Amino acid sequence: MSTEPPAGESTGLTRRTFVATTVAVGGVVAAGELTAGASAFAAAPATAEPVPSTRVSVTVNGRQLTVTVDNRTSLLDLLREHLGLTGSKKGCNAGACGACTVLVDGRRVNGCLTLAVRLESAEVTTIEGVANGDRLHPLQQAFIDRDAFQCGYCTPGQIMSGLGCLREGHTGSAEEIREWMSGNLCRCGCYVKIVRAVEQAARWK
Amino acid sequence: MSPQPQKAVGSPLSRVDGRLKVTGQADYAVDHDVPGAVHAVVVDSSIALGRITGIDTSAAESHPGVLKVITHRNAPRLVYRDNPVSNNPRGRRLRVFQDDQILFFGQPVAVVVATTIETAQHGASLVDVSYEARQPTTDLAGRPGDPLLNYARGDTEAALASAAVRLDREFHLARNHHNPMEPHGTIASWDGDKLTLWDKTQYVIGVQNEAAAVFGIPVENVRVISPFVGGAFGSALRTWPHVAIAALAAREMGCPVKLALSRRQMYFTVGYRPRYQYRLRLGADRQGRLTAMAHEPTYETSNHETFWEATLFLGQMLYNVPNVSQTLRTVSLDVNTPLWMRGPGFSSTSFCIEVAMDELAHELGIDPVELRLRNEPTKDLSTGLPFSTRRLRECFQTGAQEFGWGRRNPKPRSTRDGDWLVGTGVATGCYDTRRARAEAHARLDAGGTAVVQSAASDAGPGTYTSMTQVAADALGLAVREVEFRLGDTTMPPAPPQGASQLMASVGSAVQDTCDKLRLQAIRLAVGDQRSPLHGVRPDDVVVIAGRLQVKDKPARGETYRQLLARNNLTHLEANGGYTPPAETPYSMYGYSAVFAEVGVDARLGLVRVRRMLSVYDAGRIISPKLADSQALGGMIGGIGMALLEHTVTDHRDGRIVNANLADYLVPVNADIPELRAIYLDGDDRKADPIGVKGLGELVKVGVAPAIANAVFHATGRRVHELPITAEALL
Amino acid sequence: MYPFSYTRASDLRTALRAGADGGRYVAGGTTLVDLMRETVERPGTLVDISGLPLREVTATKGGGLRIGALMRMAEIAAHPTVRALYPVISQALELSASAQLRNMATIGGNVMQRPRCTYFRDVTAACNRREPGTGCGAREGFNRTHAILGTSEQCVATHPSDVAVAFAALEATVHLLGPAGERTVAFADFLLRPGSTPQREQDLRPGELITAVEIPAQPRPLRSGYLKVRDRQSYEFALTSAAVALHVRAGVIRSAKVAAGGVGTVPWKLSAVEQRLIGARPSEALWAQAAEVAAEGAHPLAHNGFKVELLKRTVERQLRVVGGTR
Repeated sequence: MSTEPPAGESTGLTRRTFVATTVAVGGVVAAGELTAGASAFAAAPATAEPVPSTRVSVTVNGRQLTVTVDNRTSLLDLLREHLGLTGSKKGCNAGACGACTVLVDGRRVNGCLTLAVRLESAEVTTIEGVANGDRLHPLQQAFIDRDAFQCGYCTPGQIMSGLGCLREGHTGSAEEIREWMSGNLCRCGCYVKIVRAVEQAARWK
Repeated sequence: MSPQPQKAVGSPLSRVDGRLKVTGQADYAVDHDVPGAVHAVVVDSSIALGRITGIDTSAAESHPGVLKVITHRNAPRLVYRDNPVSNNPRGRRLRVFQDDQILFFGQPVAVVVATTIETAQHGASLVDVSYEARQPTTDLAGRPGDPLLNYARGDTEAALASAAVRLDREFHLARNHHNPMEPHGTIASWDGDKLTLWDKTQYVIGVQNEAAAVFGIPVENVRVISPFVGGAFGSALRTWPHVAIAALAAREMGCPVKLALSRRQMYFTVGYRPRYQYRLRLGADRQGRLTAMAHEPTYETSNHETFWEATLFLGQMLYNVPNVSQTLRTVSLDVNTPLWMRGPGFSSTSFCIEVAMDELAHELGIDPVELRLRNEPTKDLSTGLPFSTRRLRECFQTGAQEFGWGRRNPKPRSTRDGDWLVGTGVATGCYDTRRARAEAHARLDAGGTAVVQSAASDAGPGTYTSMTQVAADALGLAVREVEFRLGDTTMPPAPPQGASQLMASVGSAVQDTCDKLRLQAIRLAVGDQRSPLHGVRPDDVVVIAGRLQVKDKPARGETYRQLLARNNLTHLEANGGYTPPAETPYSMYGYSAVFAEVGVDARLGLVRVRRMLSVYDAGRIISPKLADSQALGGMIGGIGMALLEHTVTDHRDGRIVNANLADYLVPVNADIPELRAIYLDGDDRKADPIGVKGLGELVKVGVAPAIANAVFHATGRRVHELPITAEALL
Repeated sequence: MYPFSYTRASDLRTALRAGADGGRYVAGGTTLVDLMRETVERPGTLVDISGLPLREVTATKGGGLRIGALMRMAEIAAHPTVRALYPVISQALELSASAQLRNMATIGGNVMQRPRCTYFRDVTAACNRREPGTGCGAREGFNRTHAILGTSEQCVATHPSDVAVAFAALEATVHLLGPAGERTVAFADFLLRPGSTPQREQDLRPGELITAVEIPAQPRPLRSGYLKVRDRQSYEFALTSAAVALHVRAGVIRSAKVAAGGVGTVPWKLSAVEQRLIGARPSEALWAQAAEVAAEGAHPLAHNGFKVELLKRTVERQLRVVGGTR
């Protein structure tokens, strides 16, 4: 564990070794394109039809990508399994916990219920794209200052949701923040401090 | 050895891993980038009892990208040798894919391995399993159960018969699931007969031993890595079947395999707080002094294992009761085995005892706080031992004052705020102080920074931070100059992060290790003719801000850096540890007084907590900022237990009906008002060298009964069943 | 999730053609993607209609309001006209789901939501709605959250939408467009009770899609509001709910629109309650007396009997809140 800040990665996309600007994603093994790591098993049954996939251009944390996705791939799995952006978390994969919250075109959404194939021309912001280099966003700093997390697993979703909450202006009172942050479960029970962190960031704003 | 000044310990530090967590850089189990990993998805049994009669994997296998389907028909035989170094309960643990028997609903029956996660998931849905199902038994209600443990002192039946006041109550507590936000998951990778697991666990050594036992390989052949754990609350204290499945799949495939459970599967194979039926009888005199308590708790366990949790301690030691009898029974069902969940045993028992105490207070017209003070024991009546520390009286006094308890109108249904009936309630919390053998290693580098490590875990409490604080003070370094590492079996062994024992155990080991390292540096200096400290008695030297100096003459000294540089040393290092004494002549527990105010919608029956305050006697608080968060989290967990959480089984076929986070309700942000925690200053050096008593469990115990008692005060309605929902209050 | 092909519809004509070919329309996708992952839904083709020009709130000539089917829940809830004229709609929306889901889900999709019954969502359980003829898991199973009104032997699942309850109360109409052209269906007729064909949930013909929901003109001033009763304070479906809209003139209730949620297999219009209100003067006694008939015809199951009383009290409470006698 280092107390030093991690190396600055404004897009976060440098974190995984296999990511290129253009990546092939998911279920396209039979079509001959491979994600890294699966190369040893390229041989799908010859009779099987390839799984439908689609080419999509999407901007992730300011970086434009063209990806070929299995139509079934969620935005969350695109980020986690194919772009190496594992900051967005899978808590329920059903829109019931908010751990996968990201911004799409500036709005907070559940990444697990967003099909990647539908993101043509969309701009996606994930937790990896929130800090400005080494400089944390005020909401990130507020989460540290207020100790608004314990295990940290829901934290990326809480922060992305908090950014949405701030943008929407639902920070008029603690009660308002509580309601508008209720789409993000925290099992460690940090709600009191999450509200304080959002309040702190709202004041800074 | 001169005591070191304590600067880091007790100061409200922010989490040292905070930056990683707010930037998405903290790697949880299946976040690890293991090159070449393929995906595995488990197929679950859709019956609760019977046998598999057929498995058709052809559709799955012909789906593009599916690499293999493993079932009991093609899985190799696994060794599953006995494993003493585990939290496996008595019985015969589930052996993955070793036979056709189905023991509970959701039991793994196959695993699909594929190149992508989408393909693996779809492949799993294509596996067609047929069963010969038998009628399962999954309902605890009305079953006598098998006696597991008994305890008696005095003559309880006689004392009850002659008591001036008697209560006889039956309580029902729903099954709860831990539901950490991070589902369990594992990445397994083999190199020859050496296995590496990136796992979600509160006990890397437990996983290491279990994996070695399953595959029949030497323990040292298994390495388990778990730097971050996305919550667990007990669920990751055992090595559940999916870990063996991931390792088995990786071995069969010859490449790394990543396996994450779905949220639904989190209700099938990773344990839960068992459902309870609890009959409690108590007798008291007119002054509210307890004369007898008879406890008859019954909880569920599986047919293949006998689960044990600490259900009986509280009833034996909490109050000054001369006559106590206890019979603990388990009911064996066609279910998965339970596992300790936050405040195991104590949380459930305290609900029953503390609601009964409130009833007694009401019946006698005695203030509930006063009633508890009247029953304060002077020693632990179960062992005859004195308490190491017991400041429950102070908890109640401080809490009553800060909460404004004195302004309370004791009459139920006496306060109204619009549509809401308002009530307040109180309860005692208590959890035993546990310690276990732990070791650590510390290394001081020539640059004046230190790395300390132990194979501990941090599922959220803040092990990284608190251990850094202990180490920093022991080494006389600033917090930023110390790095604490954990979660890897290559490190010195540590006990599970469970039963609130980690701080006392690993904290004491870190203290010992860093004391040894500091003393080594001091000895080097005082024996070194070139050192300004030459000839000084080691006991007279302290280290402050990385500088060794004479205690009373701070000008005389030198820094670690100077000392190591002059001696041409790259580093100094030390191993240390902590072994709890075989016998401690004290009864050791943490205590709390929990105060709650609730609103109950008079017509709609909805319960909302309006405020809570808890005061804790938990010994020394190493990391106050984090301890505060932990306390608030415990209260929120308790609010869930009191008002929302209930795993529902359809007993017709043993199916868990609400296996998702939309139907299994945990508190959301809007449920939670301002909460407040107060830790009494002090420490408990009789308990352990660093004077702590453990927090993680204590903060949850007593919350549910305080809320239930507040509901009674608000409404006049006494509820003996958890969770308390609208239908009980309409 | 079963594989599917995907096509983006750039205009209504393309969409309808794809729909006529058996494509499944997807707008916000919050229900559909979730159920596809559970393999409850297995469409072969998804037709993405989110780019279609159905995203406006417009005043109708008659004084009503037309809400484009692709408007997102959050957009409608925040719309100044909706907030000013129909608090019952904005409240129902903001009490639904979470901020994230409201940013995704559209009004057409919301009305089309499928049941939240856990037996329906669990493909290993019996469910007549998902697989006709397999039986109903909930009827004799765990049914605390299930319906007490409009149920059949075949199905007891509630309709999960909140805003649909407001629409039912306000007697909205649904505008549909299909291969055979446009048509309009009264909201009360659009969502179907399960009867003997629980798998048929809406009056929709093959290839049809919702283009708008229209709120007819209401007498002014109109006071309205939505009350949602649930175990936790937020992010949960209703145990019971009530949408109420009252027009009071000269101390007399001239118009009363009341519907309930969480209790019916479809949003439940409470005509009997309305009848007791119209022509009467607001009073505490009136609210209680009117709410007394809210659960008429209820058939409670083993675990949801409390909803009968809770429904009455929910309606009574919301009549009082909207009627303003307090």
